[in-house]
Amino acid sequence: MNTNSPHYSPEFSRPESPTRRRVLGTSVALGASLLGGAVWTRPAYATTEEMTAAIRKFANGAAVMPGRVRLAISPIVDNGNTVPVEISVASPMTAADHVTHIALFNERNPQADVVNFYLNHRAGRAHVATRIRLATTQKLVAVARMNDGSFWSHTVEVIVAIAACLEGDEV
Amino acid sequence: MTRALITLPKSARKGDTFEIRAVVGHPMETGFRPGADGKTLPRNIIERFECHYNNELIFKADLFAAVSANPYIAFHTVATTSGSLRFTWTGDQNFVHTETVALEVT
Repeated sequence: MNTNSPHYSPEFSRPESPTRRRVLGTSVALGASLLGGAVWTRPAYATTEEMTAAIRKFANGAAVMPGRVRLAISPIVDNGNTVPVEISVASPMTAADHVTHIALFNERNPQADVVNFYLNHRAGRAHVATRIRLATTQKLVAVARMNDGSFWSHTVEVIVAIAACLEGDEV
Repeated sequence: MTRALITLPKSARKGDTFEIRAVVGHPMETGFRPGADGKTLPRNIIERFECHYNNELIFKADLFAAVSANPYIAFHTVATTSGSLRFTWTGDQNFVHTETVALEVT
């Protein structure tokens, strides 16, 4: 690794320093090879098609319209291991007009399903919250089913800095 | 020994909507991660959460591996009558945990 020590040595501040170039180049190459090796051990990511298929299955083929649902999540996630999410649906939550299901799907975790909530008019408010894992930067879709059989959704894209699910225990 | 934490008001007025927050201690092992020996760790997650209000099911959730360790779930309900709320978590490896919380409706 980098044996040139002091952080503020004059050599490091000189832009044309060949030593610095070489050191940086080596560490980048090393980093890339480590990453490349890690990719092989990772579980397969889900794909956009798998997410679409999971949503189609949830909606049982019915049309899913954008609107009425609000998926609240930080657009930039520091740590993918615990990401707070809140889902609310615009609904009076009466016996005649209420939300029956709220489901959350993701695009690039190993599995497209995240969580399914089952509600009825006794909820009073169609608002749920939980904490989830995100393997990488990806799209999330919250879908709500109303008691009249209509489906509504909200799609959000999030950037994930530290991924979840992938690292094993320290060897 | 499983520990769970449930937050809800001690009393509520009839007809009021209040929030319930529930956390349970659980690793939620995904079944996708390699262990120290390089073999995939077996999946161990909570699959189902249920809440009964005076023995009537008012809310449930299906959890998948993407839910974080120590699952946190928050939802709402309307105060109807005094009684108790029962929370049940069930999952892999015969995991079952139940908590009961009293509620006074005025």
